Amino acid sequence: MTDTSSSLLGKAAKATPAPIASRIRGISDRSMAWLFITPAIALLLAINIFPLIWAIYLSFTNFRANRPNAPIEGVGLSNYSRVLNDPNIWQAMQTTAHFVFWTILLQTLIGFSLAYLIDRKFRGHAFWTTVILVPMMLSPAVVGNFWRFLYQPQIGLFNYIVSFITGIPPSSFEMLGSVPLSPWAIIIVDTWMWTPYVMLICLAGLRSIPDYIYEAAEVDRASLWRQFWSITLPMALPFIMLAVLFRGIENFKMFDMVTLLTGGGPGSTTEVASITLKREAFESWRTGRASAFAIILFVAVFGLANIYVKALNKVKQR
Amino acid sequence: MKTIKQALLGATSALVLFTAAPNLAKADELTLCWAAWDPANALVELSKDFTAQSGTTMKFEFVPWPNFADRILNELNSGGKLCDLLIGDSQWLGGSAENGYYVKLNDFFDKEGIKMSDFADAAVNAYATWPKGTPNYWALPAMGDANAWFYRKDWFAKPEIQAEFKQKYGRDLAAPATWDELKQVAEFFNGRKMDGKKVYGAAIFTERASEGITMGASSALYPYGFKYENTPGKYDMEGAVNSPDAVAGLEAYKALYKCCTPPGYTDAYMGESLDAFKSGQVAMAMNWFAFFPGLYKDEKVGGDKIGFFVNPKEKVAASTLGGQGISVVANTDNMEGALAYIKWFAQPDVQKKWWSLGGYAVHKAVLTDPSFPESQPFAADFLVAMNQVQDFWQEPSYAILLQAMQKRLHDYVVADKGTAKEALDGLVNDWTEVFKDDGKL
Repeated sequence: MTDTSSSLLGKAAKATPAPIASRIRGISDRSMAWLFITPAIALLLAINIFPLIWAIYLSFTNFRANRPNAPIEGVGLSNYSRVLNDPNIWQAMQTTAHFVFWTILLQTLIGFSLAYLIDRKFRGHAFWTTVILVPMMLSPAVVGNFWRFLYQPQIGLFNYIVSFITGIPPSSFEMLGSVPLSPWAIIIVDTWMWTPYVMLICLAGLRSIPDYIYEAAEVDRASLWRQFWSITLPMALPFIMLAVLFRGIENFKMFDMVTLLTGGGPGSTTEVASITLKREAFESWRTGRASAFAIILFVAVFGLANIYVKALNKVKQR
Repeated sequence: MKTIKQALLGATSALVLFTAAPNLAKADELTLCWAAWDPANALVELSKDFTAQSGTTMKFEFVPWPNFADRILNELNSGGKLCDLLIGDSQWLGGSAENGYYVKLNDFFDKEGIKMSDFADAAVNAYATWPKGTPNYWALPAMGDANAWFYRKDWFAKPEIQAEFKQKYGRDLAAPATWDELKQVAEFFNGRKMDGKKVYGAAIFTERASEGITMGASSALYPYGFKYENTPGKYDMEGAVNSPDAVAGLEAYKALYKCCTPPGYTDAYMGESLDAFKSGQVAMAMNWFAFFPGLYKDEKVGGDKIGFFVNPKEKVAASTLGGQGISVVANTDNMEGALAYIKWFAQPDVQKKWWSLGGYAVHKAVLTDPSFPESQPFAADFLVAMNQVQDFWQEPSYAILLQAMQKRLHDYVVADKGTAKEALDGLVNDWTEVFKDDGKL
């Protein structure tokens, strides 16, 4: 009996496949971990780190991608100096700052207000939430072309609505071709498209506030306004700040919407930093100078984002 | 060690076989790259004859105009093998020759008896040579083109319109011959009701991103006396680029833009000009000759309703050059096939058929044929234009030079920034910096 059972166990043991690690002799768990991680690290180095180092190197040279046969010569800090002394670059940075400020302000205000309303759970709130989210789900290419038609002064709906409200003739103003109006045309579209994103993050923040806090406030007879200032806003603030961070970084890189709507025009009125960078790198082919500009932008965004994250952490710890 | 060597040998052999196989398969196939527009369709039709004669299958890569330069120059810069043959813009010649992207064709032309003297001189200079004025050929002139105008002949012919115009300006309403006349005619039609619809004076180029406003405004700048240099080849631009004549030309272009273009016409190029005309919005429009055959065939505005005229002169007669030469891409895997196509395309009979299909041949066998001026309603204007064309810089740094001009012109014409003199002074500064960087100043 004993013999039979032990032979069965032996057969079962033989039939069971050995762990992979024990089959690959001499490989420790640590080595196995490296084996799995190495492809990901290699990919990261190839896609992110190497181009960054290469761009830093190119930023100190006169390299032009459209002249591969020309010798690459070091130019010291000349590219950085020329970028920082170029009034066009400063104008582009100013334009970018204008977009970032106004889009963030409008998207945060409207996004939080919508989230606050949706959080009230009125009748049909689920349907309206879906409707509000639609613009965010569309491709920027679709949105850009769609709004180009809406802004068309002769047949566009936007001008007719403005005309209906204000009495100004529809074809008497151009949203995309006018110097004062064209930045606002882009801000309106970006706000229309990305406010739902801010709303979603704010909604998550509002839903994370426990009900018992409000119940305790009601017991203390705190007014709705007091509840909002003392409970809702402070507790949702980290989420609002997170939304501001995401949108700030995204809008600093704003490219597709501006390209589709105005192409940077009229003149250079809406030429943001990313468009200037693209023109420098892939139209003028001044690769060295474009690399220097890209590094400056990278440092600026990275630096500002770090300061902001520190502030965000402080708010979260309160 | 032996095993490693065997493995390497095996891998190398496999790689050679793998890369050689597509070459063999591609031996009977050529890819021709060009912009996506009407003449490209005519070339597809024409190339069927080449396939029938040579057995070579032709593939075509046509890129929409707004992306044409980006797409193809990226391809050349990255050493891609997409194109065996390329019909590239005239401005690309300098860079493509100096960077070795195009095959120099002098020896091939000599060997095959292809004479550049058989082609219109201006076309050879513009579409084939680099450096300019030297007999170094990097392309065969393929498609002559210039910026010109078309107008609503039926509107112009209306007796009441004729009478009103004569009373107002003291002359007959006709296709304008000068920029002053052009502005008058544009103003006359602007805001008028024609066929029950409000119409506008003229559709011109104002596009910012690629080359639109430069090509459009230079159609005014050249006739007024704009020059790139005081002395050709010296890059002495002060007093030429920003001369009082050049300032007057730029002011004339802005005046036309301000007075007489349709609303929302702030970023318009070829497509927008065609749309404005075909939809009956404008009395006149500028565009490249390449589109004229298609316009003439248009059922709504073509035929008897359309007239054509060469770019109006002012101080001098001048037109903005378009058009392209056909080059062999140095990186091709099918050099023999690509050269065979050039040889076939250079034949006078092929050139005649090219013209008949809607392509703008610049072979003298076509242009000097006595029947040529009457062969199409715009053929005579084409001959005039090709004898007075002026081209943008063809320097290797042309892209930077073009970007600077696009910005300066759009800032002044569309965005109302500064004066014409300031715009052109700024342009001289921008271009001076570029030529200093290039070591030419």
